[in-house]
Parts: sequence; C-alpha cells; structure tokens
Amino acid sequence: MTSRATDYASVMARKQEIMLKSVGIDYSKFESGSLAFDYERMMRETGYSLEEMQQIQYGVNVGNTPILELKNLTALARTCAPKGMGARIFIKDEACNPSGSFKARRAANSVYHAKRLGYKGVLTATSGNYGAAVASQAAIHGLKCIVVQECYDSKGKGQPEIIEKARKCEALGAEVVQLSVGPELFYKFLLLLEETGYFNASLYTPFGIAGVETLGYEISMQFREKYGKDPDVVVCTNAGGGNLTGTARGLIKAGAKCEIIGASVDLSGLHMASDLAFNRKSFTTGHTGFGVPFSSWPDRSDVPRSAARPLRYMDRYVTITQGDVFYITQCLATLEGLEKGPAGNTALAAAFALAQEYPEDTTIIVQETEYTGAGKHLQPQLSFARDNGIRIFFGDPEEEVPGENIILPSQPSMIKAKEVDLDRMRKSLIKQAMATYQVAQPTEEDIKFLAEETRTHPDYVKDTIKSL
Amino acid sequence: MIVKDSWVRIHKIILSPPERAPQVPDDTKKVPLELWTKGFLEKDANLGDEVTVITVTGRKEQGTLIEVNPAYDHSFGNFIPELLKIDQQVREMVFGGEENDQ
Repeated sequence: MTSRATDYASVMARKQEIMLKSVGIDYSKFESGSLAFDYERMMRETGYSLEEMQQIQYGVNVGNTPILELKNLTALARTCAPKGMGARIFIKDEACNPSGSFKARRAANSVYHAKRLGYKGVLTATSGNYGAAVASQAAIHGLKCIVVQECYDSKGKGQPEIIEKARKCEALGAEVVQLSVGPELFYKFLLLLEETGYFNASLYTPFGIAGVETLGYEISMQFREKYGKDPDVVVCTNAGGGNLTGTARGLIKAGAKCEIIGASVDLSGLHMASDLAFNRKSFTTGHTGFGVPFSSWPDRSDVPRSAARPLRYMDRYVTITQGDVFYITQCLATLEGLEKGPAGNTALAAAFALAQEYPEDTTIIVQETEYTGAGKHLQPQLSFARDNGIRIFFGDPEEEVPGENIILPSQPSMIKAKEVDLDRMRKSLIKQAMATYQVAQPTEEDIKFLAEETRTHPDYVKDTIKSL
Repeated sequence: MIVKDSWVRIHKIILSPPERAPQVPDDTKKVPLELWTKGFLEKDANLGDEVTVITVTGRKEQGTLIEVNPAYDHSFGNFIPELLKIDQQVREMVFGGEENDQ
C-alpha cells in the first residue's frame, strides 16, 4: 500500500475507496440514482436508536448534563427590552461532559461503532472540540487515536485555542498531526487513513449526528420534569450543522415543538483557506465561514452524504459579532459565576438578543457550553487578536469588520442578532444540488427530496428550478 | 546530541507551493503546506537533522528535528483591561450602584 502514489491528485482520486473502507458505510444503498437520496433510511439503518445511544453514552459518562437558569443574565436582557419582554434564559451545561463539550456525544457513538467493527484506532480531522472528544472516547475504549489539525499560518504562528486543543488531545493519549493553513488537510487525512487502516470518526456520519439526538431529547425531558413544559425556543451554535441537526431530531423524537434558531459568529469577508486571514479571526468554529456554506450545501464534508442537514430543521438563522460573544462571555462570568469557553457562547450571545423579542413568561435555552482554560478563554483570544493588529474597543458592534477590529458593545442593548436570509440559502441549496448531480429533468422524488431539504413545498422547489 | 527514544517534535513540508491544491487562494498558494508532529526519536541525532520518529500510535514519520521535550507555551495572554469595564457596567445594571453596597 505504501507504494501507491502520494501526490495530491492521486490521493484525492482514491478518496471514495479510502472513505468506504474507513467509514464502513456503503452510501450507494441510499442513493436514488438522481439527486435525491433516502436520508431517513440512512439515519435508521446506519445509526443507532435513541435508547441504544443513551445506553452507549451513559455507559461512558457522557450526557445527562444539567440545565442551568441564568437569572442575572435574564435580568440584564430585561433592562434592554420593552416592558413585559425578555424570555427566561437557560443553558445546558455541556462542558460537564468528559471532554468538556457536547462533542463527547458525537464521539461516543463513533468510537463505540469503530470498536464494535474491530478497528484498532480512530482518525479525525478537526481543530475543534471534537478532537478532544474523540481522544477522550478512544482513551476509554483503549483505541489508538490520531487528530489532524489545521493550526499554524506560514509564519508558524498558531491560534491559541487550537494549540490548547492539541494539548488536550495529547493529554488524553492521542497523536496530534498539525498542519499549516489549507484545505489539503484532507489530503494528509486520506493518506493517514490509508496508512493506518483506522476508522474515520467523521463529524458527518449518521452515528455522529445521531449522537447529538440525546442532547435534544434530554432538553425536553429535563425541562418537562423541572418546569412542566418544553422550552419555547432552542438556540444552537451552527457551524457544520451537526449540532443543530442532532438537537432538533432529538427534540422531535421527544415530541417537542420548539422554535429552532441557529446562530453563528459573523466572519464575513474572511477567506477560510487564506494564510493571511487565518490569524485575523478570533473564532475557529461556530462562525459563518462554516455555518453558511454547510447549511446551504451539506454535501461538502468528508463523507459522500452528510447526516448534518440543518436547513431541514432551522426556523431562523442569525449571526452575532465576535465582540458580542466576548462581551456575553464576560457577563456569564461576572453575573452568573460561570467561566466557559467563548466559542460555545455564540448561541448564548444570540439568545441574549433574541430573548428580548419574547414575553417574560417564555423560555429560551442555549443547548451547549464548552470548557475553558489557557488559550481557550476570552483573555488569550483577545490578547492574540490585539497582538495581530486587530483593534479592540468599545462601540457599536454593528460596525465591526471581521479581521480588522473587534467592537465590544458600549451597552448590552447594542447586542443584536442579525437575521440570515433563509430563503436565499434554500434557493442556493436547490441550485447547488441541480449543478452537482447535473440533473436536467428532476424526478418527482427529487422535487420531494428538495422540498424536505429546504423545509418548503414542492411548488416552491419547482418555481426555484424554473428561475435558475 | 539528542539520544534515541527522546520525546521530540519534527517539522516537514508535505506539499511545496507548486504542488498545492488548485482551489487554494493566492496567498496560500505562495507558501508550502507544513506539518508538525511529535514522537520518540528512532536514532541518536542533533537538532536540525532529518530524523524518523515513532509516534504514540506506533506510526513512523520523517522530518526535521526541531525540539526536545516540546513544551506547551500557550497562556492567558496579556491582560485585557476592557473586561473589567464590562464587569462594572453589567453588575451595576443588574444589582444597582454603590448605594446598594452593604
């Protein structure tokens, strides 16, 4: 196997073959032959039932995290809201999971599955919390683990948050392979899969996404037990879409009818594969650089058909600024006595603004928190930004320009959730699907599929296709 | 001299600028794709030598020897005084000003 060509084009040409071997899913079984595929059947036949997932996760100390009411943050939001407005704000404290984030749920399933199939190790490509989660689960199951990270720019300067995650992965016994900026990370990832024969613990397989269903289900059960009803609104930080998809599916399985709102940090204008822009951002995930492209076209991930399909579940999608998230992270510490990682507070910053649109007797829950520490804390992240020439000052966050400045709101009332045009994203998805699968005449099944993908009606899909 | 089995960090270039993927932006295309990893040194060597390491997963990787017992140097950075202003502002809004102090 080592004699095979290792240049970029040759390795990429072997992508499908490597993927099939490393994920163990034959995606062609769910294909229609046209652009449609059977999403629900894929989730059913390759995933686990909710009960099985709960057993898997609770067996390795994952899940059952507490829900905390943030009374002082709610009080602050109410000082900014019209009289009688300001929903009660809650968080699900997912930082209590073994690896310090909700990603433990995704990893628990993937690593359990890898072990069951007899793989000796697991491989994952991520600069985020998922690496630590896979490393943690691999440690519990006695499997080997390699985490591939995009970490440094061409000057060898690394994002403090990513360096901390490398430390955590290594502390949990994993090998960490760090790379400079660029999408060819995937090339090295494929080479490593081929070399080791390990399981690809992709973020986007049915096991990974279904692993988050327990989170949505728990929110409903815990809320009903404590408050006698489901929360009215659930806010999810949205990047690759798995967090929102899994949570929403879990809520549906619980029979809950909550409004689901996605939230991302606005990093518009920064190119994600740019060496120069890499260290001009303060958020390495949960931002629009992933959230927008992955929501409007999910099948750009490392598997042929992603199980994360957020447009199917999103009622609203909002963005929030870097300055807003840092401000709210500090509020959480000083008003609630809770120190959490900034990236995990993206949805919280959005929820702070959104709560002001809802009456006082409604409830809004942010479904995650993440751990914090050296590198992965607002202090080092702001310090790193300042060292890189990003100006940090108090002002109107509306004027923030990603990569140039971070504007901390002068007043908390200036924190606003900006609406993303979902209609545009739906149209973009339809257009991309038609182009990718080169469908001249979509079948009835294709139309139905695209209506489900975009949460619209077949007529909407037909009209959109006509207008292309 | 760094002895065999020492825990070290290596660096290597895995794609030179002309070998980079066609879709990368121009600024990225100007620089190589670099890799860093850690492992146990296979043979005695000096800093700057081309070496082979055995990683914790038992894999072999070659590269330039750049560090022995590599340390983590990330921290909490320089102090950001603006955070204190946020504290004062929101505590006053929620709990009231000095007149409420006991």
